[in-house]
Amino acid sequence: MTRPPDGPSPLLDMRDIQKRFAGIPALVDASLCVRSGEVHALIGQNGAGKSTLIKVLTGYHRKDAGQVLFEGKPFEVHSPHHAQVNGISTIYQEINLVPLRSVTENICLGREKRHYGLLDWNAMHAEAEGLLSRFSIGIDVRRPLGELNTATQQMVAIARAIGFSARLVVMDEPTSSLDEREVGVLFSVIRQLKAEGISVIFVSHKLDELYEVCDQVTIMRDGRTVRSAAMEEIGKLELVAAMLGRDVAAVEGHATAFGERDRSGIGNVMFSARGLRAGQAVRDVSFDLRRGEIAGFAGLLGSGRTETARLVFGADRANAGEMTMEGAAYNPERPADAIVAGMGFCTEDRKSEGIVPEMTVAENLTLALLPKISRNGVLDEQRQREIVERFIRELGIKCSGPNQKVRELSGGNQQKVLLARWLAMNPKLLILDEPTRGIDVGAKGEIQRLIRGLADQGLGVLMISSELEEIIEGADRIFVLRDGISVTELEAEAANEEKVLTAMAHGTSASSEAAT
Amino acid sequence: MTELPRSYADRDVVARSFDLLGFLSRYGTVIALVLLVAFNLAFTRNFATMQTLNVNLTQVCTIVIVAVGMTLVIATGGIDLSVGSLMAISGALAPMIFMGKILPIGNIYLGVAAAMLVSVLVAGLLGLFNGWLVARFRIQPIVATLVLFIAGRGIAQVMTNGNLQTFRVPEFQWIGLARPLDIPAQVIIMAVIVAAAAWALKKTLFGRCILAVGGNEKASELAGIAVSKIKIAVYGISGLCAGLAGLIVIAINSSSDANLVGLGMELDAIAAVAVGGTLLSGGKATIIGSLLGALTIQLVRYTLLANGVPDAAALIVKAGIIALAVWLQQQHRG
Repeated sequence: MTRPPDGPSPLLDMRDIQKRFAGIPALVDASLCVRSGEVHALIGQNGAGKSTLIKVLTGYHRKDAGQVLFEGKPFEVHSPHHAQVNGISTIYQEINLVPLRSVTENICLGREKRHYGLLDWNAMHAEAEGLLSRFSIGIDVRRPLGELNTATQQMVAIARAIGFSARLVVMDEPTSSLDEREVGVLFSVIRQLKAEGISVIFVSHKLDELYEVCDQVTIMRDGRTVRSAAMEEIGKLELVAAMLGRDVAAVEGHATAFGERDRSGIGNVMFSARGLRAGQAVRDVSFDLRRGEIAGFAGLLGSGRTETARLVFGADRANAGEMTMEGAAYNPERPADAIVAGMGFCTEDRKSEGIVPEMTVAENLTLALLPKISRNGVLDEQRQREIVERFIRELGIKCSGPNQKVRELSGGNQQKVLLARWLAMNPKLLILDEPTRGIDVGAKGEIQRLIRGLADQGLGVLMISSELEEIIEGADRIFVLRDGISVTELEAEAANEEKVLTAMAHGTSASSEAAT
Repeated sequence: MTELPRSYADRDVVARSFDLLGFLSRYGTVIALVLLVAFNLAFTRNFATMQTLNVNLTQVCTIVIVAVGMTLVIATGGIDLSVGSLMAISGALAPMIFMGKILPIGNIYLGVAAAMLVSVLVAGLLGLFNGWLVARFRIQPIVATLVLFIAGRGIAQVMTNGNLQTFRVPEFQWIGLARPLDIPAQVIIMAVIVAAAAWALKKTLFGRCILAVGGNEKASELAGIAVSKIKIAVYGISGLCAGLAGLIVIAINSSSDANLVGLGMELDAIAAVAVGGTLLSGGKATIIGSLLGALTIQLVRYTLLANGVPDAAALIVKAGIIALAVWLQQQHRG
């Protein structure tokens, strides 16, 4: 593991941090070293351990093993408050201040100035104004915080951190809800902090931002620190490859169960989207899906893959853009509209958006089908049983029977129940968001084979996956999304890991490392 | 016997050891009820009489009817605090109609029919208003229904100028006093409502949707269920049940006092639902459970009173039972 060169002793040095939750390791061997006046990027995929490491640092979690040195001394943190008074402040993407109280009250919360036991408002207003003016932000500090826009609220949060004489400010995805101009303001504040010798840990998924504002980067994967380097020494492609754990040079054989696919059965375009746009997450996404085709969405976290899928399914509404389904204009207002148009959507978040845990396998499986298996509002239990037993058999769902509670099933079997929920509808287009996340290897292969079989039968499949091999080996056509924009389209024959990674890193598959 | 699908054979289901808390939370209400009946048979004089049965049943009827609507609301993850006030409104409105205070209606049967229909429907519409607040504006149910909890009784008092309305109209009062086949009319009404709701919850599309919405709202929305409509409907039904219960109360009393009709009913109904085993967080509900819950609470009170324990002490026992029931539920979930 690379350590930054020895200069002045680092402000923060976290070594070999370990942390388990209920026996499951979240941090195996995590290290983080931040020097004074440095802006340090901390990156990694979902579940890499970034947030756990941050929470160990800020006192939300107690570490199981390892050492933390802060300002050269061993530092045992007891609570977030303890971290804060010792100079470590955290700014979350969801601002956790008190929206109804004034800017001053928020900045001074927890260390109010007193004058003979009474609150000294004049001194506090003056301090708040002073702190904000350091970043050239002129706002009325008497206004309630909630009336300000998100970016300004973030500045207030930063000012509050400085007010606690922070030496280290942790920013957890601070730009996720900001527009470009606001991001610019935030960056100038970060540079100001740096100039004053305050260090910043910057967690973000937007690569361009890292290169714009950070000096050093630490990359985590599977609870380990895999690389730490100066920002200018590491290219975007290398960065993405390290995050995903891919060796850019060597690509192994088949890692999935999709197998070779005969693409002659792929038909005409069934669904197309042009210029989809919604908020900050989806900015310009266009793609086509053919009958019998598996289209893969690749992209880093926050690239807008799931958000795009939700727009297609009507779970969220697009601000702009056009969609057509089977040649006709398609503009869903709610999921029910998408279902009528012949779509199904297996969500990425099985627990909170997929299964109804208290219900049985049968009830979960027929949830979308209910209108079709009821007559005059009364459920046809005979038909329900036939359908449920058929899918339990066909998909090999392991359960004690249709009446077992779905929450008692393994993740893979729950996923099969959700797939069956949509297959029972006889859909034309199936959106699968991370279809094999969090399920064991055996079930994973089964589901991959199943997806392929569906496409062979003429179903259009839109598959989102964070696993590169799943996209490359499974998809017939790959769309790479980056910062909410569909940047590249690759045919399966032409796609390889390097091209996809390059597109995820740079935005086009053609550009070279030198472009950065 | 059809051949079992093969996957049943290689079941990898965890063998379940006997789980006492789980057993109690599932059958606790029935066990409590049986124990109470056994205790009373042994120690309470004149317990095994039709009269005792009728007294208990007539007292519990209105709670059960309101609890049916409440069960459906709670099944969606909501709660309805306005039921007592809606009872007061329907109880205030009905006499005004059949006594001709609003519109003189010559035929008494016509007047009574209009009174029943209009006052129950008004309560139902106010229930829809609750649902509209919850579904359209995403106001927390406890806050949304607090609006009518407070305003509803006020409306009833304004309608009647705060006056007690007394009447003797047998054509109307049959719903509280008649005894076809020696069974009190309201017991028959209660039985019909309980049976209909229990059937609807188990066997109909609507019932399945209610449980799905309460069990996982996001998943239901993504499965194409019209979540808002379901929510509005259950509050509407709760309003209808409350309206009907209001009529029964005033029929029994031969009078309507807007200050008193349905007072505290929301808590009795919620208690019955909770003791009956319906999850207060939604997604799992039992109408029969709510009926048993209401009967248990009623029987505890009766047992204590019949054995000389004052009503105030009975309240404490009632609270204890509710706490126990909710605790058992939590054990079972965790």
